[in-house]
Amino acid sequence: MTANGSSALGATVPEEVAFAQEVPRGEPILEVRDLVKHFPLTKGILLKKQVGAVKAVDGVTFDLMQGETLGIVGESGCGKSTLAKVLMNLEPATAGSVRYKGQEISRLSGAALKAVRRNIQMVFQDPYTSLNPRMTVGDIIGEPYEIHPEVAPRGDRRKAVQDLLDVVGLNPEYINRYPHQFSGGQRQRIGIARGLALKPEVIICDEPVSALDVSVQAQVINLLEQLQSEFELSYMFIAHDLSIVRHISDRVGVMYLGKMVEIGTDAEIYDHATHPYTQALLSAVPVPDPTARESRDRIVLTGDVPSPANPPSGCRFRTRCWKAQDRCAAEVPLLAAPFWLGGAARHDSACHFAAEREVGQSAAEREVGQSAAEREVGQSAAEREAGKAGSGAD
Amino acid sequence: MPDVHDENSYEPHPKPGVSHLDYAGEQGMAVEQGTLVEADPVKREEARSLWGDAWRDLRRRPIFLISAVLILLLVVMAIFPWAFTDADPRKADLVHNYLRRPDWTDFFGAGWFGYDGQGRSIYARVVYGARASITVGICVTLAVTVLGGLTGMVAGYFGGGIDAVISRIIDIFFGIPLLLGALVLLNAFTTRTVWSVVIALGVLGWTQIARVMRGAVLTVKQADYVVAGRALGAGTGRLMFRHILPNAIAPVIVVATIALGGYIATEATLSFLGIGLQDPTISWGIDISSAQKVIRTAPFALFFPAAALSVTVLAFIMLGDAVRDALDPKLR
Repeated sequence: MTANGSSALGATVPEEVAFAQEVPRGEPILEVRDLVKHFPLTKGILLKKQVGAVKAVDGVTFDLMQGETLGIVGESGCGKSTLAKVLMNLEPATAGSVRYKGQEISRLSGAALKAVRRNIQMVFQDPYTSLNPRMTVGDIIGEPYEIHPEVAPRGDRRKAVQDLLDVVGLNPEYINRYPHQFSGGQRQRIGIARGLALKPEVIICDEPVSALDVSVQAQVINLLEQLQSEFELSYMFIAHDLSIVRHISDRVGVMYLGKMVEIGTDAEIYDHATHPYTQALLSAVPVPDPTARESRDRIVLTGDVPSPANPPSGCRFRTRCWKAQDRCAAEVPLLAAPFWLGGAARHDSACHFAAEREVGQSAAEREVGQSAAEREVGQSAAEREAGKAGSGAD
Repeated sequence: MPDVHDENSYEPHPKPGVSHLDYAGEQGMAVEQGTLVEADPVKREEARSLWGDAWRDLRRRPIFLISAVLILLLVVMAIFPWAFTDADPRKADLVHNYLRRPDWTDFFGAGWFGYDGQGRSIYARVVYGARASITVGICVTLAVTVLGGLTGMVAGYFGGGIDAVISRIIDIFFGIPLLLGALVLLNAFTTRTVWSVVIALGVLGWTQIARVMRGAVLTVKQADYVVAGRALGAGTGRLMFRHILPNAIAPVIVVATIALGGYIATEATLSFLGIGLQDPTISWGIDISSAQKVIRTAPFALFFPAAALSVTVLAFIMLGDAVRDALDPKLR
């Protein structure tokens, strides 16, 4: 299919020596290990003193397999987009490693970084701001070829751009139009065409459909799926719409406050979630059936997401979790398959008390559990205070 | 293929025989544009650039046409003043011509606008005075746009320490009043020509453009399309001049053209105060200055150079306005 792909793009690609080797389907193409991104908070004008850090991404580990779609979900501010920026080398990582085909890429610069950029591309969230309003569509999609002239010879570029427009379902005659002459869905197609121009192997989609109408979302999602099978792409698909993520993803990772709390196949996450946060998220998915809506069991989380500049100790979700115990404040739960679970429930979940949700559990029961949890949290908070005072005295 | 079709979606790999006109009808999008372009298949294939489109747009604006004709006239007048009048602007005939009133029958002749207090033809002096004003205006604007634009761009793009240093320098220059600064600088020249005025105004004026440019670059730098350019591997030069500059230049053009009119007025002010251009250079400012002494007996001696100055300043401001609108594709 690769040969077909290159002919469809009208580009003869001299393979990069560094990243020439093929990764078999199902093997990791991108390995992320303990990735950390902190934004320093400084004080003072002349002599800047670091007084803290916003821990946007704080120790994230996962693999992206060749040919798969990994969905990343989480609420606003949980670090999804920062993760994408760090993976794209648009923000330097504070710590940790990102490996593409086994090679460390998080600290590259110059020509080596440019070579990586050919292989990892990005589709942006907002199609209204991600296209330069002063460039024609031809210039926007053709720019990758100007930056990487080895991908398409000068004479073939116009043809290559028109082929790309055709691939993403736009009329190739539109090459001389400006972005503002297109609708949101068409603009996102242009953004996708730009991402495809260099024939990358990995595309990071940062909420590619959240700015679009629902009907147009479906078209763009279908286009992405079609392109994936055509060009053997691996997607990292960031979104906050759980239904879309389930539709497109092979595996799903759930993020909360800069950490990956649960990761597994879409069936494992959607039908056998073991982390309380994932369960709460899933219970918030709108149900189209009114009768089912009446009878279902919503988990309503109380409180706000804590500040990423000062996250809770131990498990970051414990301040809003109905299962929280003292252990959750003291010990950071690791992202690992819980040994006490079996079957589909046994996938990576960062919870000391990981368990599938009992569907039969009544609201009243949970109410009790929740208030107990609140008491626990309050208690542990008081203990923590006491502990702090003690250590201060030392 | 998309499962869901909207009226905008386009079927790839069209069947042969489907004409482009059919497409345009199906798309239902930018139909006006579509039909205009489709009507002329040769034109459709032309690559359209930002400036090409701006020019196409400008040609239809009456404000642009009026100001462009005026400016063209003024520029031609500045280069070839002898094409507009036979009279010698320096010929003084106090015996016959002292403050003689305008003679409307002397069309384009020496006496058309009357004579000034030295017995010189006001019409000839208005024509010859264009050179000093246009030269000062254009040269100062070019100098401050290049100098201020580059400095502001560097400050906005790189930020950090570079930005801090440049911003403080801008602040220092902003503290100097333009007229006072020009007075001090021009005093350093023993003989003041057009070029000494250009240097003085350029040195004092670049900070205005630099500040506007810096602000615009700071805004544009954050845009997703700049991030997308970086993600593609674009270098600093490409990001600056392909992505940031075209999107940040509009406010600079507006400020520069308004300032162009302002520099012409400042030159006239300096000449009026006696610290700008000196006789025998012919300048509207000098003429306004000498005419104010006879304003009660011969208001025409003040009116014509002042009117020429106003029309010139207005023409440049109108031109700037029209160009700004044309350069913004979103307004089309």
